[in-house]
Amino acid sequence: MSIPTYKTETLKCWNKAKEIRNDFYTNYASAHEKGGLRWAGGAWSFGAIPAGLGNDIFPITGEPYGASIAFNKEFSLRCLEATEKKGYARDLCSYMRSYWGSIILDEYAFGGKFPKPDFMWQDHICCSHSKWYQVASELEGGIPTYSIDVAVGPYNSVTDSKIEYLVNQMHDGIEWLKKTTRREYNDDLLIEAVNNECRATALWAEICLLNMTVPTPIDEKSMYSLYVLGTLEKHSKVVADFYEELLDEVKYRVANGIGAIAHERCRLMSDTQPPWGFLSVFRYLEKFGAVSVGSLYTFGLIGVWEDKPDGTWGPRTTPKELGIDITTRDQALKILADWNLSKPEWQHFYSPHLKSDMMIKIAKQWKIDGVLLHYNRGCEGLSLGIAENRLALIEAGYPVMAFEGNMGDEREFDEAKTMGRIDSFMETLGMTII
Amino acid sequence: MINVGIDVGAKNIKIVIVNGQDIIAKGKVLSGFETKETVIALYDQLLGEANVTKDQINLITSTGSGRKAVDFAQKSITEVTAAAKGATTLYPNVHCVIDVGAEEGRSIRVDSNGKIVDFALNEKCAAGAGAFIESMARALEVSIEDFGMLSLQSDREIPMNAQCAVFAESEVVSLLHSKTDKKDIAKAVNDAVASRITSMTRKVGFENDIELIGGMAKNTGFINALKKGLDSEIIVPENAEYVTAFGAAIYND
Repeated sequence: MSIPTYKTETLKCWNKAKEIRNDFYTNYASAHEKGGLRWAGGAWSFGAIPAGLGNDIFPITGEPYGASIAFNKEFSLRCLEATEKKGYARDLCSYMRSYWGSIILDEYAFGGKFPKPDFMWQDHICCSHSKWYQVASELEGGIPTYSIDVAVGPYNSVTDSKIEYLVNQMHDGIEWLKKTTRREYNDDLLIEAVNNECRATALWAEICLLNMTVPTPIDEKSMYSLYVLGTLEKHSKVVADFYEELLDEVKYRVANGIGAIAHERCRLMSDTQPPWGFLSVFRYLEKFGAVSVGSLYTFGLIGVWEDKPDGTWGPRTTPKELGIDITTRDQALKILADWNLSKPEWQHFYSPHLKSDMMIKIAKQWKIDGVLLHYNRGCEGLSLGIAENRLALIEAGYPVMAFEGNMGDEREFDEAKTMGRIDSFMETLGMTII
Repeated sequence: MINVGIDVGAKNIKIVIVNGQDIIAKGKVLSGFETKETVIALYDQLLGEANVTKDQINLITSTGSGRKAVDFAQKSITEVTAAAKGATTLYPNVHCVIDVGAEEGRSIRVDSNGKIVDFALNEKCAAGAGAFIESMARALEVSIEDFGMLSLQSDREIPMNAQCAVFAESEVVSLLHSKTDKKDIAKAVNDAVASRITSMTRKVGFENDIELIGGMAKNTGFINALKKGLDSEIIVPENAEYVTAFGAAIYND
């Protein structure tokens, strides 16, 4: 097999992404010094709603915080052991266990003591999410907690009454926020945040779409450091503006044939969160000329998509692009609810077949040669039905390699064995180390 | 064309020297700690037995979990590829290869051209592999050779943990203490390992076209349990534990 060679170069906005992430965690920790408020919740939370309390409201989102802990193996192990010592089972969500461990140890992954939030703002997308913050609240001495139930079924069955069910909880939530924080609520800030969120999440989808190009302009390992901004604060202007900048740069890379790796000859797709302490797996793939160009996880956890008239997937058209001018709180909440319910990476909580269909769509559209499936013991939600997905992908003609691991608990990942498995998988695809 | 296949497994090193596809020498030795030296000693011995010199060797291909230790091999391939190549060369109609060695069990599905289309390996635990059987044979104080035959004498079904070798061993100890007959325990152990391999094999799929290779193919009790678990006949080639080394030897043939 001939080995292609492409130009490569470091992403110019890489350092800016790091700065935004760093600012996020620093701003959260130092919010009180500036008279601001801190809130904690999941990456899926309707973060645009607390934004209406003012411009000095700083969140921390649990899943990316858990992933940050996992990346620091020494701290990760101490957090996990602290949680286990407290009596929590090892088979619970590993992000959640890491997060609790950080509270129990009273250590912040970014230095100092763990900064207690002023309130918890969560939604219940999977079996762990509300319990996560219920326990966190108890561990922190009783932080006021509000959680929104989003279990209305997949987007293809959403009706006005289901949207209304969410919106009613959101309205109640705003009253709860006012009462809890003793602040006035600013609908203009809410509307701005909703517009930002639609812009940021559609932009991320547009960026991912450019990875259809050969050579792929950004690899999935790099995408992890970029999509994470959306999991931190998808409703913020900073993130939306950054994605505008990133989109321009990725377009430049596509126009100039700049690839993520020098010798792309095999395009892979992964699934679910990777074992964060072992991203070296992706570097190992590069030795074969293989690159993971994305996954339903990296594309669809933050990216919001829609089926285009030609049947392909593309970024969802934003309200602004549709000419919709949001003017009222109720309208903003309806759009926010509808927008989030259409997010791809949770539809499959209702059926693995929905996920298989989306994965096969990605595999076709992004010209995938093979799939790496992480049987992720750390996330019950995203691993749900993964064996069904494997069968569907094989039936659709895609070679699949499955490996067991855990996104946030390195004790459940066997690096040497996984690398050995990759060797075998690459051989079956006709790849050898370059 | 004389080629060599060297399979450096977790417990044994197997070397096969072929002329075309004819095996002209084969041998095995415990892997030990000095892998490279052990390989060289066995290789030299087999060259002598085959009456060939190193100059006559066209290609040396290593495989197995310790394949990287054979730094004088010109080529290195994974045990999945080597096992599939060896097994399907011997039996071209086979589309499912089960390879159970000391450390790892694997099921491989190949298409009619011998191309691998899917494979599954046991995860982390040795409960689906030969090392577990050896350990249980020691616990029962019978030789590994007698273990398989012993289990064939039993018709009892004793469910045993097949997910963890440590827990399974503790179950064996409990059974011994409760005076359960050794033959029944041997069968329970073989059934447990077979159930693990059966599940892996069902994952990759098969259609009554199964070939079993690797050291565990010498365990008649295990073969019996596997046939029952898969409800299928199973081909066991002569010299089943050399098939992976053979596959490596003929890989470029």
